[in-house]
Amino acid sequence: MRVLVGEGSCGIATGAKKTAAELEKQIKEKGISAEVEITGCVGNCYLEPIVDVYDDEDRLTRYIKVQPENVTEIVDNHLAAGRISEDMTISEKDKEFIEKQKRIVLRNTGRINPEKIEEYIEKDGYKAVEKVITSMTPEEVIEEVKISGLRGRGGAGFPTWFKWNAAKENQGKNKYIVCNADEGDPGAFMDRSVLEGDPHALLEGMIIGGYAMGATEGVIYCRAEYPLAIKRLGIAMDQAREKGFLGKNIFGSEYSFDIRIKAGAGAFVCGEETALIASLEGERGMPRLKPPFPAAKGYWQEPTNINNVETFANVPWILFNGGAAFGAMGTEKSKGTKVFALAGKIKKGGLVEVPMGLPLREIIFGIGGGIKEDKGFKAVQMGGPSGGCIPASLLDTPVTYEDITKTGAIVGSGGMIVMDESTCMVDMARYFLDFTRKESCGKCNYCRIGTKRMLEILERITEGKGKEGDIELLEELAGKVKDGSMCGLGQTAPNPVLTTIKYFRNEYEDHIYRKKCTARSCKALIKFEITDACVGCTLCAKKCPVDAIAGKVKEKHVIDQEKCVKCGRCYEACKFSAITVE
Amino acid sequence: MVDNPKGGNNKKQVDFKELAPVMKQYANVKGSLITILQKAQEIYGFLSPEIINYISKKTGVKPAKIYGVATFYAQFRMEPIGENLIMLCKGTACHVNGADTIEESVCEHLDIKDGETTEDGLFTLNNMACLGCCSLAPVMMVKTTDGEETYGNLTKDSVKDVLDSIKERARR
Repeated sequence: MRVLVGEGSCGIATGAKKTAAELEKQIKEKGISAEVEITGCVGNCYLEPIVDVYDDEDRLTRYIKVQPENVTEIVDNHLAAGRISEDMTISEKDKEFIEKQKRIVLRNTGRINPEKIEEYIEKDGYKAVEKVITSMTPEEVIEEVKISGLRGRGGAGFPTWFKWNAAKENQGKNKYIVCNADEGDPGAFMDRSVLEGDPHALLEGMIIGGYAMGATEGVIYCRAEYPLAIKRLGIAMDQAREKGFLGKNIFGSEYSFDIRIKAGAGAFVCGEETALIASLEGERGMPRLKPPFPAAKGYWQEPTNINNVETFANVPWILFNGGAAFGAMGTEKSKGTKVFALAGKIKKGGLVEVPMGLPLREIIFGIGGGIKEDKGFKAVQMGGPSGGCIPASLLDTPVTYEDITKTGAIVGSGGMIVMDESTCMVDMARYFLDFTRKESCGKCNYCRIGTKRMLEILERITEGKGKEGDIELLEELAGKVKDGSMCGLGQTAPNPVLTTIKYFRNEYEDHIYRKKCTARSCKALIKFEITDACVGCTLCAKKCPVDAIAGKVKEKHVIDQEKCVKCGRCYEACKFSAITVE
Repeated sequence: MVDNPKGGNNKKQVDFKELAPVMKQYANVKGSLITILQKAQEIYGFLSPEIINYISKKTGVKPAKIYGVATFYAQFRMEPIGENLIMLCKGTACHVNGADTIEESVCEHLDIKDGETTEDGLFTLNNMACLGCCSLAPVMMVKTTDGEETYGNLTKDSVKDVLDSIKERARR
């Protein structure tokens, strides 16, 4: 019997380590023959900590929300006596979350122990690279990737084979293959999940890519905020070297290739290829003009290819199963599957991998279970700070690179943040502009100062000081920032503003002309009041941090609007729904 | 800040013993500046003028250039930090799920603002985006002497309990 505990960062955050320790302790104490293994993100992030029990026929029983105090029941009933504790297992409805997916990138996360190479090998790991190196030419590898139709999963969606081929064609003393594992979009976490849950898939993808273009060295530029990912990558690399998959003469061939990790230092702009290269060279991460493209002059002025984690993780599957099998999924121009990070006001948040072309509605409502507390759906934000908000009227849009771009958003790295009626769209635009303004490297005037001016306008609108003409001014500036910026950061920074103006102009107008925030989110524009339903229980007055609520026991209380800081504590505390927000 | 900007390895405030092997390994490897700064910060908690000058001397890179690189990236700090570093996630999912109110709660409870350290030197607050635990939003990571721990599904009250329990542990 095998017991797997989901120990990705989110699993650990919910207490998976304590659960695993308790399991091991009890199994040992009670002399049960079962192994406890760690695994990466299982996918049902909203049900963590998750404990998977595989019996000797590899049948799975999934226990959810297992805290240390629930461990005894699983050990005594299931592991010792073979009786499944049904009330703690995953429901049929929640099983659908995984069953409705098509997992290629996430094929192993949550199924294998990422710290043991043997488990990856058991799942046909490193077979693709063996096949490639021992029986295929670099041209054939690139052709296979071309047939698959794989496009970059990091943001721009550029055909992967084309970049590989360009790097292959360009000559240099050295060639480099770089993995962008900096996952800068605040709201996307599929790369972290792969790094933590299946690091060998990335390594294998990079070795294949390296072989195809003739690279001698690979570098993984990983986010410093992902300490667990860096640790597991390090373990994986050591094991791969030991097995002879990395290093000199891989699989006894002439081909030698090694990989090292470089921890990023926190800069969103390093998602831009030339900025990432500058950062790798120890400089400020500032982009430069293209051409020359990195495929010609990249890291240390040598031909360099950069892909992100998800792109590389697809590669072993494609070479093992054939490009046509991958290309058979998805749509004509957006082939294969894509992982989406479903979060925000969603019932079932987590990683969702589906064939491209599925409508947004199916992902959000079919798989994600709809909106938390069954509130009304307002928008889904895709593409992070470079993307935009897609309204309810476009929920039937198929998720492909082309269709999402038409809405004004982008597929980007696959972040999908769902928003309900309590999310203010002007505030969302402000939030993203605040982000891009801080992350602008400062090289281009329009990006550096234009985003700042746009932010100031958005701030005054959310503070109730918006003026007539502000919307038009935002639109004008947005166009100029797009045109006046050299790299993708500035060129796309206005997208969150433009899409919210396009689909939610009424919210902007409400803020500016009627001084109202219909989402009841902008503090300057809302007011808390106590209604006649108040029974005088005094709870709200006790909760108020600024003593703004007065009233006698069993008498209606009153909020002093001058003192009120609009923290909402009274509203949350009231058991009689006697407090309103307007 | 350390008060002697001239630096040098004979100053009492900073002992470069731990940094010396790092310099030996990386000083002559091109493109290693960020790695060196990361290691230095790991050892000293922040990058003082003395440390920057020391690195400059060993690598031959001008202090102004090092300062330029260090200030470009979010990770590097020029001021000392408290024993426990609170990294409060302000990513999109956390923002939508009320990260601002969590921040208010932390600020109110510890009487500090983003980037500041408590008087007792126990906590420093750093807002950041993103920790990548979006399904548990709002989230924060606390870096203590025992390592990092992530806390999810925070509420205005639960975040205070977390901070109090860390305080309690520190007292013992």
